Amino acid sequence: MYLTEKIAYYPGCTAKSYAKYMDSTSRDVMKEFGIDLVELTRWTCCGTFYGLADDNLYSQLAPIRNMIRTREDGFTDLVTTCSMCYNTLKRANLLFKTDEEKAERLNAFMYEEKNYEEDVNVWHLLEIIRDKVDIEKITRKVVNPLKGLKVAPYYGCTLVRPEEISIDSNPEKPTILTDLIFALGAEPVEDPYMTECCGSYLTVKDKHLVADRTNKIIGSMTRRGAEIIMVSCPLCQFNLDRRQKQARELNPSLPEIPVVYFTQLMALALGMDYDKLGFKEHHVDPTIVLKKRKLLGTPEKVPIKVKK
Amino acid sequence: MELAGNDIKICYQCGECSGGCPESAVMDLLPNQVMHKIQLGDETVLKANTFWICSSCLVCSARCPKGIDIAKVMESLRELSLRSKKRYVELAELSKEDLEELPQIALISSFKKQTS
Amino acid sequence: MTKTSAEIKQEMVKIYVANTEYEVPSNLTIMKALEFLGWRLERGVGCRGGFCGACSTIYRLKGDHKLYTALACAAQVEDGMVIAQIPINPANKKLYNIDSLKAVPNTMLEFYPEIARCISCNTCTKACPMDIEVMDYVQAALRGDIAQAAHISFDCIMCGLCATRCPAEITQFNVGILARRLYGRYIAPKYKQLSKRVDEVEKGKYDAEISEMMKADQKAIAKLYNSRVREKD
Repeated sequence: MYLTEKIAYYPGCTAKSYAKYMDSTSRDVMKEFGIDLVELTRWTCCGTFYGLADDNLYSQLAPIRNMIRTREDGFTDLVTTCSMCYNTLKRANLLFKTDEEKAERLNAFMYEEKNYEEDVNVWHLLEIIRDKVDIEKITRKVVNPLKGLKVAPYYGCTLVRPEEISIDSNPEKPTILTDLIFALGAEPVEDPYMTECCGSYLTVKDKHLVADRTNKIIGSMTRRGAEIIMVSCPLCQFNLDRRQKQARELNPSLPEIPVVYFTQLMALALGMDYDKLGFKEHHVDPTIVLKKRKLLGTPEKVPIKVKK
Repeated sequence: MELAGNDIKICYQCGECSGGCPESAVMDLLPNQVMHKIQLGDETVLKANTFWICSSCLVCSARCPKGIDIAKVMESLRELSLRSKKRYVELAELSKEDLEELPQIALISSFKKQTS
Repeated sequence: MTKTSAEIKQEMVKIYVANTEYEVPSNLTIMKALEFLGWRLERGVGCRGGFCGACSTIYRLKGDHKLYTALACAAQVEDGMVIAQIPINPANKKLYNIDSLKAVPNTMLEFYPEIARCISCNTCTKACPMDIEVMDYVQAALRGDIAQAAHISFDCIMCGLCATRCPAEITQFNVGILARRLYGRYIAPKYKQLSKRVDEVEKGKYDAEISEMMKADQKAIAKLYNSRVREKD
């Protein structure tokens, strides 16, 4: 496949271990649209969560250093699939561009690096898909439409808040994942909890709080008929997937529901090899629901009955 | 309260922040109560568990009709505590099983907000 | 005409140790300068060749705010140096049995979860006297790339200067050691011929030969040696 465009790609710390299938499916899916996600040759942790305090400049070093790395590789656009990285990188970038004094101090501290000249743009992969690739193109390339699959989009917080970096103009009711679900041939199940926090880092010490959140979110989505949840952040995926067991201790009637990354569903719909999607690594196996809907494998392996 | 950089005096206690907060059920002081205590200069606000179990979801700041960045206020309370050596998460207390399965993103963000 | 050693005036520099000003010859290393001044070093001294990491030193130049790091045996004295040594670094060393570990990304986090506190400030790299990119190997360990962490940290001499300066309180050199041990034990490709030979030895294939050789006298050994099988020159 002739690749027409290269864009700098920031994987994020988790993308090489826990979320390695988010990483691999992102790359494979974008290749289908002629975009080569070129991983930065040298990158460091983005330093999530974005430091909100005005006087804590240390927390801005990590994201700005990655901006410098992007420029070192000769790119002006940086894309990431992890929503938390997106939030941290974009907000730090914005702070750098708007606050001259802080920008100067950050550059001075990192004297061993070239100065950052505020010339990098940070994107989330969903923005690239919506704005550069265009949802129409996706529909045309789908060979294995996820017909009948009821997918609940889940945005979490970092993708839509605060307003200045939100990927959708309406942070309270975003539509980007819903549009994507339609394009893949599936049925979106929107839910008021789709922009509610999953509990994020509370999963380290206060697991019961995350279990409570998971219970509420999954409870609401399953009551609306969702069969699978689509996420964009590895932490949301961990909280909704792994903590389901603890949520069930609070509410034994909570149904089991798999949680997958949007790129995994895209890869499935674009006909990619099922074994490469990494569904085995999930705590709640998506295969069951996909088998029920006869969506596994490429059309050659599992022919989709098309109504004539 | 300079860390928060907001004009906290303009909060008129509408309670929208507490209404949207996902963890409000388990907080000893609700976000709007925290704001009130700060307005009164009451330092006992630092004893509440509110800002430790705040997950930085930013709904409060997004919905405040006065445009106050409440999440930033929570962060400043966290910073004040962390800078006086109070920690919420102790690395030594993390169990082996947890460390074997928690993805880096969880540890990185938790340590960022809850350890000093 | 060359000068005699008495005529060549030795250039002296001022250094400050323990709040006292001293004058030492400018061509000495910090370590030699301390000994020149009469100190007998019992800690903070080792190989004297820049390899053992015992002589970690921090110093400032008078009037300059910057904090510099060096190995006392390898750094030359400078005028205005204010010197302090850190012979022992209070390091966080975790105990583990390498045979019971798995070379998976979370092993690094299991023993050293503090690497998740790294803010990429790069102070460790700036402190390293061996020019190792310390921040990069800690970051590699954080993302689970054990092989890369092992490769980048290869030259580490465990001097502890990085850990002394780290704001996140990480003990970088111990993280490096774990990475290198995991790499050597589980990831590095194995020599099949070596394991085959070790197996043969353990099974006693060479026992008879060796015991015969142990009993033989000098003449017999000389004979064995001269008639040994060797590759063509």
